[in-house]
Amino acid sequence: MSDRIREKLNILADAAKYDVSCSSSGGNRKNDNKGLGDSHFSGICHTYTEDGRCVSLLKILLTNHCIYDCLFCVSRKSNDIKRAAFTVDEVVDLTMNFYRRNYIEGLFLSSGIFKNADFTMERLLLVVKKLRLEQKFNGYIHLKTIPGASEELIKEAGLYADRMSINLEMPTEAGLKLLAPEKSHADVIKPLEFVQQNIVQFAADKKLIKHVPKFVPAGQSTQMVIGATPESDKDIMYTASAFYKNFALKRVYYSGYVPISNDTRMPILGTQPPLLRENRLYQTDWLMRFYGFKVQEILNDANPNLDVDIDPKLSWAIRNMQHFPVDINKADYKMILRIPGIGVMSAQKIVQARKFGKLRIDQLKKIGVAYNRAKHFITCVDSPYQIRDYQGTQIKAFILADSQSKYLKTASNQLILF
Amino acid sequence: MIYIFDGSLTGLLTAVFEWFERKPGNVVLKTFETFQPEAFTPNLNIIPDVEKSDRVWKGLQKRLKKDWLRKFYCSYLSEIPEAYNHLFHFTIYIFQNDVGAEANYGNEHVIALAKYAKSVEREKHRMEAFIRFQHTADGIFYTGIDPDFNVLPLISNHFKNRYADQQWIIYDLKRKYGLHYNLNTVEEISISFTEGVNKQNPAAILMDEKEELYAVLWKDYFKSSNIVSRKNTKLHVQHVPKRYWKYLTEKL
Repeated sequence: MSDRIREKLNILADAAKYDVSCSSSGGNRKNDNKGLGDSHFSGICHTYTEDGRCVSLLKILLTNHCIYDCLFCVSRKSNDIKRAAFTVDEVVDLTMNFYRRNYIEGLFLSSGIFKNADFTMERLLLVVKKLRLEQKFNGYIHLKTIPGASEELIKEAGLYADRMSINLEMPTEAGLKLLAPEKSHADVIKPLEFVQQNIVQFAADKKLIKHVPKFVPAGQSTQMVIGATPESDKDIMYTASAFYKNFALKRVYYSGYVPISNDTRMPILGTQPPLLRENRLYQTDWLMRFYGFKVQEILNDANPNLDVDIDPKLSWAIRNMQHFPVDINKADYKMILRIPGIGVMSAQKIVQARKFGKLRIDQLKKIGVAYNRAKHFITCVDSPYQIRDYQGTQIKAFILADSQSKYLKTASNQLILF
Repeated sequence: MIYIFDGSLTGLLTAVFEWFERKPGNVVLKTFETFQPEAFTPNLNIIPDVEKSDRVWKGLQKRLKKDWLRKFYCSYLSEIPEAYNHLFHFTIYIFQNDVGAEANYGNEHVIALAKYAKSVEREKHRMEAFIRFQHTADGIFYTGIDPDFNVLPLISNHFKNRYADQQWIIYDLKRKYGLHYNLNTVEEISISFTEGVNKQNPAAILMDEKEELYAVLWKDYFKSSNIVSRKNTKLHVQHVPKRYWKYLTEKL
């Protein structure tokens, strides 16, 4: 008995690991029924895998049987792998017992599509209903929406899940058609739109009626596979930006393609996943969500791809030297946020602290500013007087010279002769 | 002038009271443990006094918002000798200036408290993440920990809200006290362990029969969810520092 459950868990956890989302944040479910679990607003990562990714949820597929044949997916119909399926009780039992031991924040349940969309969605729904209604489970539940499932099922699922998501897979329609001819972006947009409308509706009702059930309180997210098809960074981020805008998504995830198939339309087996590129995309995403940058400022026709050797914020600053140097003691918060080497927390502290007196270099360092980087872009009370006006490219060279990027080794384009 | 106190919060706040009564000028606050007599510096023993410390605490409550009272308390829980001195001077600074002075991040005591509080909050968060309960044969979920800072008072509510339907014990092996939730309230306990018992990972016979299965399933899960071609040991260790590995079922 225990051997079989171990085997199933190995297969179905392995198949689910390419889903990037691990967030357990945004949940607001309270333990007011003397049951198990209570959601932590900012989420908790209970451990990290050896590849450095956060483990916060029990992330599994209900089954890896699938009627589709998407080239980028391990569970595709034509792939010769071991198949398995959990029963509803098995998933419930694992979730409850892992949660009781403080291994996890909750469940991330996805599934291959067996029979048809509705049949699959019904099974997912059974699991979450059992957890919430019978087991009084108040932990976090992230549920995958099955494209093509009926609206009634999706709506009911939204009453029990904290987050729902549905993957775009490829950043552009053309890319998706190439690798998964049976799918299209429209299949994703429709349910995203439907859930979004319901979130808005439930929120509006809540203003009028006191007891409205929660509906997907932690919002929706999506993910794109990066590097399997030849899109530019601009294509990727413009798609992301549009989805943020149109569907109020909580997150867009970018997943560097890990080769899993020998098909000639994609990178060959053994190719390294584009980890640096993935990192730069996340940095750009951060700039859009927390730093007030518009995507067009960072990526445009003149700069369709992100720099490899420096991060997008520094890259923007170097291209826009007319805005610098910024006077730390006078500039408004928005502009301070745009200085390389200053993060959100430091920017807030600066704005508070300068009310008590003008700030000096040593104070900035204590506040947490990466001064070696920021010094090229700021002035404060005791900034050294500078005769020369350095060009952006020179500043870039200074910064690169005294930084030790973990990527320098891999990013080098210089041929090694000996 | 050196003030010496017993390391208690009451003692620390009493020291502030004494300073305002005497106004002796420049003072350094030390605990009995860290105090070394200096030839030409006079010192004063602070006798903890609940009445005096209450007055200081009430004064602080009037001048600081909740988030800063918490930073104050967290810094105290860090148990770092220099933190006590910063707390002492921070309190004096707050009383000597207008309301809102805590936002002056240019002040060395303000920034020091923000830093200590951050470390302690991080440790608190890590305990919430890295604690692994083991289900014992008598039905209690047990864990032994030894955090760098004294965070039990900070995590008590988190676990009480979360595990409302199971009895649990979190035991601080370093500070020799623990919390026990009995399905209604959380109580402070101390356990007298028998010689030779492994307090971190008690023997299998003390455990519920299913405990081993779930531990194995969790280890399996941890392994299966790793993507080998993305291996990044540096990042892994950064997120899960090695000193915590002894807590973690998946790392044993």
